[in-house]
Amino acid sequence: MPSNTSSLLQVRGLSCERDGRALFTGVNFALKVGSALQLEGSNGVGKSTLIRTLIGNTKEYHGEVLWRGKSLPGALPQLRQSLLYIGHSAGIRRGLTVLENLLWYGAKPAEALEALARLKLCGFEYSLCGELSAGQLRRVALARLFLDEAPVLWMLDEPLMALDVHGVEVLEARMAQHLSSGGVILLTSHQPVALSPLERVDLTEHVGDQEVWHSEIAYGT
Amino acid sequence: MGLKPPGAGITGEAKCKRKIGPGFFTLLRCELLLALRRQSELVNPLLFFVTVLALMPIGIGPEPELLTRLAPGLIWVMALLATLLSQEALFRGDYEDGSLEQLALLPQPLYFAVSAKILIHWLVTGLPLALLSPLLGLMFNLPIAGYLPLAFSLLLGTACLSLIGSIGAALTVALRRPGLLLALIIMPLYVPVLIFGSGAVQAALDGYGYSMELAVLAAILTAAGALAPLAAGAAIRISLDH
Repeated sequence: MPSNTSSLLQVRGLSCERDGRALFTGVNFALKVGSALQLEGSNGVGKSTLIRTLIGNTKEYHGEVLWRGKSLPGALPQLRQSLLYIGHSAGIRRGLTVLENLLWYGAKPAEALEALARLKLCGFEYSLCGELSAGQLRRVALARLFLDEAPVLWMLDEPLMALDVHGVEVLEARMAQHLSSGGVILLTSHQPVALSPLERVDLTEHVGDQEVWHSEIAYGT
Repeated sequence: MGLKPPGAGITGEAKCKRKIGPGFFTLLRCELLLALRRQSELVNPLLFFVTVLALMPIGIGPEPELLTRLAPGLIWVMALLATLLSQEALFRGDYEDGSLEQLALLPQPLYFAVSAKILIHWLVTGLPLALLSPLLGLMFNLPIAGYLPLAFSLLLGTACLSLIGSIGAALTVALRRPGLLLALIIMPLYVPVLIFGSGAVQAALDGYGYSMELAVLAAILTAAGALAPLAAGAAIRISLDH
């Protein structure tokens, strides 16, 4: 099938299940260079599972996922090469200081300090992350987006969770900038996100037919 | 604030060449920092090791000959249990805070990250056990001839235990209470290490050479050092796919 080269990420007829229960079926979308997509849907509809499927952490799915025209799981290494994923558990280690956490992600000290300054975390560089509030922890995780040469593809699971108004503004500005420089963003959020262009996919409209999964359950390829 | 815009110009494959994720030495440094800051987890296995062994002579009676006879086996079994006790926490924290998932997403294999964790685990549990062992030997009326083989066999053996145990820890990381399952998975794999470890001390006490036992332990260590991180890495990927 000839692929549209301007679509970095394409999802065709994606269906997922979890613990034998169908979550959603027949989800289609494409992410072109410089576009963002917000996954919506009620709790438990499978937003996080969809993201985890796209990054290859869940192998039980139906359908086709294409990264730069090549299908997963074959193209998974290339996808991960240009991926920045921030999940529900943000990947911030409570036993390390804020700065150490960013260095752990391969940041250089100067750019890490700059990123922290943007997120108003000045003065917390050497605090243990275990002593920070939930919102501050979220900011530390999001500081990864402010490092130089950020990867092209961002997958953010509830990035606005626990953020205050200022944090949301800073994040939206950064996301807009990422889009304008040719990046791609896939995010889930219950709150409205001020970002354009922003497509929306409501997973509630794709809630699966339970029967399908009892007859055939796919275990990847 | 006069900061330059981050991530200026990111499109194109060329920018993907950026080394994402931590290097091996960053991993080692962070693991060491984490281990040193979690002091209770650091001290608990050691404390367990020392207190149980201190209680043993009280429980079984203070006859010097009996204690000498039991010393190699008891000290080794306790070292094994102390390692097992600390094994559960090896990947748990990283799994819960999501950094294990981040590690698994890196293009680099998990092998090095897992190796770094195991190395630090041994450094903060196995190494202190081995260094403390002559002191405990003294408590058990261990003859002078037994000190060196005890320390050396524990030095090699605890490294084997850390490596082998990492496989079980990786397999059970997604479970809420892995305690007994973890023990069931890795205890059988610990047995050869126990046999040759306590065998080395016993051989030395009986007046024989003990280089064969140490050589076998070293062989187990090299094999485990090469293969266990590989298995643990694969097990982590299985645990995360859930």
